[in-house]
Amino acid sequence: MTKRRTWVYFIPYGLWLALFVIAPVALIIYQSFFDLGQHFTLTNYSTYFRSATYLKMTLNSVWYAFLITLFTGLISYPTAYFIHQLKHRQFWLLLVILPTWINILLKAYAFIGIFSQAGLANQFLTFIGIGPQQILFTNASFIFVATYIQIPFMILPIYNALDDLNPAFVNASKDLGASTWQTFRHVIFPLTLPGVKAGVQAVFIPSLSLFMLTRLIGGNKVITLGTAIEEHFLTTMNWGMGSTIGVVLIVAMIVVMLLTGDQKTKGGTPR
Amino acid sequence: MKRLVSLIVSLLAVCGLLAYTGHQLQASSGSTGSKVLNLYNWGDYIDPHLLKKFQKETGYHVNVETFDSNEAMYTKINQGGTHYDLAVPSEYMVAKMKRAHLLQPLDKSRLTSLQNYDSQFLNQTFDRGNRYSLPYFWGTLGIIYNDKFIKPGSIRHWNDLWSTKYRDRIMLIDSARDIMGMALASQGKSMNTTDPTTLRAAEQKLNRLAPNVKATVADEIKMYMTQNEAPIAVDWSGEAAEMLANNDHLHYVVPSEGSNLWIDNLVIPKTAQHTNAIYAFLNFMSRPDNAAQNAEYVGYATPNRKAKTLLPKATRDDQQFYPDATTLRHLEVYRDLSPTKVQLYNDLYLEFKMHH
Repeated sequence: MTKRRTWVYFIPYGLWLALFVIAPVALIIYQSFFDLGQHFTLTNYSTYFRSATYLKMTLNSVWYAFLITLFTGLISYPTAYFIHQLKHRQFWLLLVILPTWINILLKAYAFIGIFSQAGLANQFLTFIGIGPQQILFTNASFIFVATYIQIPFMILPIYNALDDLNPAFVNASKDLGASTWQTFRHVIFPLTLPGVKAGVQAVFIPSLSLFMLTRLIGGNKVITLGTAIEEHFLTTMNWGMGSTIGVVLIVAMIVVMLLTGDQKTKGGTPR
Repeated sequence: MKRLVSLIVSLLAVCGLLAYTGHQLQASSGSTGSKVLNLYNWGDYIDPHLLKKFQKETGYHVNVETFDSNEAMYTKINQGGTHYDLAVPSEYMVAKMKRAHLLQPLDKSRLTSLQNYDSQFLNQTFDRGNRYSLPYFWGTLGIIYNDKFIKPGSIRHWNDLWSTKYRDRIMLIDSARDIMGMALASQGKSMNTTDPTTLRAAEQKLNRLAPNVKATVADEIKMYMTQNEAPIAVDWSGEAAEMLANNDHLHYVVPSEGSNLWIDNLVIPKTAQHTNAIYAFLNFMSRPDNAAQNAEYVGYATPNRKAKTLLPKATRDDQQFYPDATTLRHLEVYRDLSPTKVQLYNDLYLEFKMHH
C-alpha cells in the first residue's frame, strides 16, 4: 500500500475531527474572551477566579462527580467480575447495557415517580413502618440516580479488561499457593486497572457537568457548573461567561485524562 | 455481511415508507406550498380546532413550531435560516427583538379588530403604540396552595411565605427575574429596580426563605402540585390554571401588594414571507368568538375585551385569573433591562440557589 492511499483514509476522520472537535473547542475558547459588550478581555476569567460563588460551585461539581464515580466503581467492579464468571455472559451484559437505550430524561421522570411522596419507595417505607420520607430533592437521591445512570459505562470497560485477562495468570497464582484474595489483590486487580481507569474517565467527566438531573432530581439544591453554563447560554445570554466555565471544565477533563491515562492501555473505552 | 446488507436495506425501506406516508398525510391535510402560515409558538398555546377553522375559512394551512423559552426563540430567529411568519414573545422579549431589528412593524390599516382589545394591555412601555405587537394572552405571578395542608385564606401576601410554619414546603419556579421580583415586591420595591443595594437586600431576604424552599424546579411544578407533593408553589397564572383544573384542592393567589403582569404578544419576525396569511390570521384571532374559544382552551386570561364577555361567568369573574382593579393596579410589567443588569439579577439568584 502506498503512503498516499493511507493518507486518503484519514480524510473522513480528519474532517470529522476538525469540524466537530477542534472547531467547537476553538470557538468556545475564542468566545470566552468576550464580555457582554463584545470587547476582547480577560474579565470573564478574573470574574470566575475571584467569585466565591463560582469557586464553591466548582468544588461542588468536583465533589459530586467524585462521589458518583466512587459509588459507580464500588458497584461496577464486583458486578463486572460476577458477570464474567457467569455462563451466559453476553445475555447478562446485554441486560446491563439495556437501560442506556432509554433516554435519560425518561429515566429521570421514572425516578421522580418512584421517589415522590406517594411513590413506590415511600409506599415501601410506610409498609415496613418507617413512614414516608422526603426522598426527592435530596443530595442522596441525586447521587443515587446519577450513579444508576453511569453504571453501564463503568461496567463495560472493566468487563472487557477482565475478558482480556489471560486465565493462565490466575491459575499460576493459585498453583503457587496464593489465596483467592491474594490472587485478586496482586494479579487480577492490577491487570484490570486499565479498565477501571477507562471507566473512571467515562463516568467522572460527564458527571462534572450534569445539569438536568440537578434540577429534576436534586430540585436545584445541588448546583454544579452545568447549571451555571445553562443559565449563561439560555437566560442571561452571556455566552462569554458560559464559555469561560466551559473552558474550565475542558481543562478539568484534560487533567482527569492525564491522571488516569495509561500508556500500556491497548484499547480505549469500548463504547 | 449479507445480514448487514439486508438490515440496511430494510431500514432504508422503513424510512422511505414513513416519509411517503408522512408526505401523503400532509398533502391530504392541504398544506400546499404558498397557502401556508408558519407560526412559532409556545407548546400547546393555541386551540388546534381554531387552526382547522382558520384553514377552512381562509385556505391557509398553519404550520406550528414550538419553543420553550423566550431566549431559545430569540436565539433561533436571530441566527437566521428560519421563515416564521408569526412568533409569540413575552413583553420584555418584544423590546429586545425590536432593538435587535428582528421585527416588522404592524400595518394597522390591515388590522380590522384592534378596538376589541382592552386598553389596559395596549400601549405598554415595551412597545408604545403597539407598533410591532398585538397582545395574545396575559397573566400574573402568584402563589398556589393546597387546601388539604394550608388553611384557605392564610396565604394572601408574599411575606406569608417566609413564615417558619412552611419549612421545606415551598416550590419555586426556576426563573431569576420572577423569584428576585417576588422578593422585591415583598419589600415594597419595584420589580424593575436596577439599584444594586436594593437587589442585594432582596437576595438577603431570599436567603432567609431558603429553609422553606423544598425545590426550585420548572414545568415539573405542575405535576408535583397536582400530585400533592408540595403544599405551596410560586408559579405563573397559566401554569396555575392547569394545576387547578387537575386538582380541586388547589387555589391561586395574586398578592395584592404587587406582582408581575406578563403579556405574551404576536409579532412578525423580519423573516416572514406570507403577509396576506399573517393579517388574515391576526384578524381571525382578534375575533371575540375565536379569542374566547382559545382562552377557554389554553386557560390563560385574554386581553380581548369583547372575548372576555363571551366567557362563562364563572371564568370571567374568577378573581384568581382576572384580579380586581386594586390588585391589577399594583401589577408591574417587566422592563427589558440592559444585559449587565440581567446578569446582576441572575448572579444574585444563582447565589441564592447556592445558599440552600
